[in-house]
Amino acid sequence: MTTYIIRRVLWGVVLIILVSALTFLFFNVFPSADPAILRAGRNSSPQTIAFIRHELGLDKPVYTQFYVYMKNIILHFDFGYSYYSGAPVLSLIKDRLPATLSLTAGAAILWLVAGITIGIISAIKRGTLLDRSAMGIALVFVSMPVFWFGIVLLFLFSKDIGRFHIFPGAASYVGLTDSPVHWFTSLILPWVVLAGTSAAIYSRLLRGSLIEAMGEDYIRTARAKGLRERRVIFRHGVRSAITPVVTIFGLDVGTLLGGAVITETVFDIPGIGRLNYDAIITSDFPIVQGTVLLAALFIIVANIIVDISYAYLDPRVRYS
Amino acid sequence: MSEPLLSVEDLRVSFRTDDGVVHAVDGISYQVQEGKTLGIVGESGSGKTVSSLTTLGLTRTRGSQIEGRIMFGGEDLVAMPDDQLRKIRGNGIAMIFQDPLSALHPFYTVGWQLVEAMRSHRSISRSAGRKRAVELLHLVGIPDPERRVNQHPHEFSGGMRQRAMIAMALANEPKLLIADEPTTALDVTVQAQILALLEDLQKRLGMAIIIITHDLGVVAEIADDIAVMYAGRIVERGTAHEIFKQPQHPYTWGLLKSIPRLDSPRDEELVPISGRPPSLINRPSGCHFHPRCPYVQESHRQIDPRLEPVAPGQAHSVACLLEPPVRERIWSGLREGRDLEALQRIAATSNGRGVPRESGTAAPAAAASTPPGAGASEGTS
Repeated sequence: MTTYIIRRVLWGVVLIILVSALTFLFFNVFPSADPAILRAGRNSSPQTIAFIRHELGLDKPVYTQFYVYMKNIILHFDFGYSYYSGAPVLSLIKDRLPATLSLTAGAAILWLVAGITIGIISAIKRGTLLDRSAMGIALVFVSMPVFWFGIVLLFLFSKDIGRFHIFPGAASYVGLTDSPVHWFTSLILPWVVLAGTSAAIYSRLLRGSLIEAMGEDYIRTARAKGLRERRVIFRHGVRSAITPVVTIFGLDVGTLLGGAVITETVFDIPGIGRLNYDAIITSDFPIVQGTVLLAALFIIVANIIVDISYAYLDPRVRYS
Repeated sequence: MSEPLLSVEDLRVSFRTDDGVVHAVDGISYQVQEGKTLGIVGESGSGKTVSSLTTLGLTRTRGSQIEGRIMFGGEDLVAMPDDQLRKIRGNGIAMIFQDPLSALHPFYTVGWQLVEAMRSHRSISRSAGRKRAVELLHLVGIPDPERRVNQHPHEFSGGMRQRAMIAMALANEPKLLIADEPTTALDVTVQAQILALLEDLQKRLGMAIIIITHDLGVVAEIADDIAVMYAGRIVERGTAHEIFKQPQHPYTWGLLKSIPRLDSPRDEELVPISGRPPSLINRPSGCHFHPRCPYVQESHRQIDPRLEPVAPGQAHSVACLLEPPVRERIWSGLREGRDLEALQRIAATSNGRGVPRESGTAAPAAAASTPPGAGASEGTS
């Protein structure tokens, strides 16, 4: 098991280096605005632009730039500086991470609770009106684009532009330590938007796997043992059916920690996704590179955690 | 004779499906005496598993209809509410299944599953439960039970898993153990061990056993009484000795002749039963076995035979329209290895009237009008 984990971690490091190399390549191969010109502003002389280009190290070949970048990360844990503000990328990410963490954690709890509850009820009440309507609504949520759902909620319930002035609208995010109450209320709509699709997917997934599990022979055994139906469902049925849910939960959380770009943009939440989005618009390459690395890191770590937790969830799984 | 431990009286189980109503069990009656073994034999789809699952209320689903009575300990299990019946499951009556790998939960240790079985019916601490689990594993002949109790089912071999299943079934010292094809998924050598184990446990614990199988060889080993099922009905019932020595029903003959035997001539051919089991939705008219019966007469296509004593006052019963002397001649001809045409000529001498079922069809209204005494008179007394 230990050797398995070490091997996975080493592969993760290789993967992250590959991801950064690819990001470097994309940024240089595909047309994007010249950061030096953007930085210099309008009406600046070619000399100024050349100077800035040299300052930012953009006059060097791509592989040299990549080498310098990786060297700085490994030796100094230095992820470079924003082309515009000159601020260190690491501190920018640190500033933005709490908002993304808040958004992800709240939404994850919401969709997990909603998805699992609906999934279990639907599976147990399979074929009833309750099941059919729950699955119908789930289909709507799965099909709904996140940005559209977000805008609809803002137009309906936000205090500024909403039809019913109930929840704080866009750009109302406050840090948890500044004001827990405002932090909570400002995130309600984003949580719902972010959780909606996932809750629908999870409920459908769990419903399917629970229906399958409840048809297994060991469920018949559990009933033949004289267990209460509640125990049969939860300790025997759900226990088996939950494994695929755990898998996609880990991967989803990992992905979201890298920034919920659409939700953060619609609600103007200063998170990693927003940082990444803005940096792409302004060709602020060091920030793009930093956020991509962070996202890759989260996904890789989530994958490893999922695989390890699998060994605990299903005793038949053994890694060597 | 004393009150039977389990008495099934005119049990009918049907399921509504999209294709129609499946008459899985169609008016069967049997009894199990304390400490005795009943073998229920038949092909897949003959209703043998459904009848025993019904005993534990495990066929109570939406779309199922259950009629008749299953008397156990003076109470009718068919009429019993779910939460009361739950207290009998795994306690008074326990059940083991065909494939022990899929019948045990893959995520829990064998010990955990045994303790769970105990704790669902009695208050016992986890540590005491674990101790008893080790004892039970030892009882069913699992070596090194102290270590085995903490292992998961996938770490057991097939035979060991079935032993663990048996241990779990014994956890609450049931009066009746229902074993549904307990050896079918196992190697031949292991099959014999499991049967020997069941026999030994029965002697030591005094429980009754219902063993459900498609294999007459299995029940030959351990059954006191045998009921042969076909298309949801019992077509022949008697002691094991009677069934093997003087089988009466052409289907039973078919089952017997399709088993290879060491004591028969090497060149003797095995005779499979031709055709397939009938649909339980649109059942054949008359005798349900007539489409596959080599000795079928014209009248058998209309008349539905009733389970009748072979000779007056005898427990050995059969549902066949051929007259007893004709059946006897055919069976002795079969044992002598006479060819089918000769046997069919014997069958043709039958006047084919036999004894029709009183109720004629399986319509529930007709079934309800059958007096309860009719079922009892058919039983082994």
